[in-house]
Amino acid sequence: MKILVNGAWHDTEAVKLAVALGELGYGDQVVATAVNGEFVGAEARAHTTLAEGDRVEVLAPMQGG
Amino acid sequence: MLELYGATLRSRLLLGTARYSSPAVLKEAVAAARTEVVTVSLRREAGAERAGQGFWSLIRELGVRVLPNTAGCHSVKEAVTTAHMAREVFATPWVKLEVIGEDDTLQPDVFGLAEAARILCGEGFEVFPYTTEDLVVAERLLTAGCRVLMPWGAPIGSGRGLNNLFGLGALRAHFPHVPLIIDAGLGVPSHAAHAMELGFDAVLVNTAVAQAGDPVAMAAAFAQAVEAGYAARAAGPIEPKDFGTPSTPVIGQAFLG
Repeated sequence: MKILVNGAWHDTEAVKLAVALGELGYGDQVVATAVNGEFVGAEARAHTTLAEGDRVEVLAPMQGG
Repeated sequence: MLELYGATLRSRLLLGTARYSSPAVLKEAVAAARTEVVTVSLRREAGAERAGQGFWSLIRELGVRVLPNTAGCHSVKEAVTTAHMAREVFATPWVKLEVIGEDDTLQPDVFGLAEAARILCGEGFEVFPYTTEDLVVAERLLTAGCRVLMPWGAPIGSGRGLNNLFGLGALRAHFPHVPLIIDAGLGVPSHAAHAMELGFDAVLVNTAVAQAGDPVAMAAAFAQAVEAGYAARAAGPIEPKDFGTPSTPVIGQAFLG
């Protein structure tokens, strides 16, 4: 299925968010996630199910004012 | 000492971490500013680039407190969701709450701000709202549970200084016991000194330091200005007058005409 990660489409067979993040190279990174505009905490990623067309945001610490 | 949500700080200069030419310059500027609080944000991370991971390692090395912002959020929902994400990543209940209402001036949407503050304070966040000098909005934010306010000096990144001295003075006088931090719009150290002389508790600076010709020297200059302004306020400045008053004694002056 296709999911939209940080604005770019990705093909994935992963059903769970945690698995998809691992596939995309975020496995060991300090990131925060949201699916379809709703925050998904780190502990909830393993049992958060993805569906076709889901919008996933993966955010990391960045410079800010 | 400055107390913000129970944290006691020696420095009254908060520093933003954006727009520096390199991580090394940022690191030196933080040291030169002698700041204990830096602002940070959350942005999209490409899995392979790991830019955010490097930045986070740098910040942790600095040993300062972080104040995550919700910069760029235009709605209550965006701001609240960003705050949740920031709390998890940065492991702090602190959030510099920004809900932008106008793109030319980056003026806060104070209606959305008050609503987002109400939600986040109710969830245990310690909210630092980026607001205007409006007294009614300030009261609303305090009622929502905020215990610190961050009024703007001028539009973010403008370097204009304190645009509304009367309004900021009124805010200070109206809420004498609420920590007030001037956030945004300062351009040079004299602006920071002026804010402190008016009785503000601290200032937050980013662009004025990061975009200076020598950011590290400018960070040090802001630190000195904040200390000088704070000391001057404590020392009791004289009231301005409209006419001159001789400082040298008139009595005993020779008649030489």
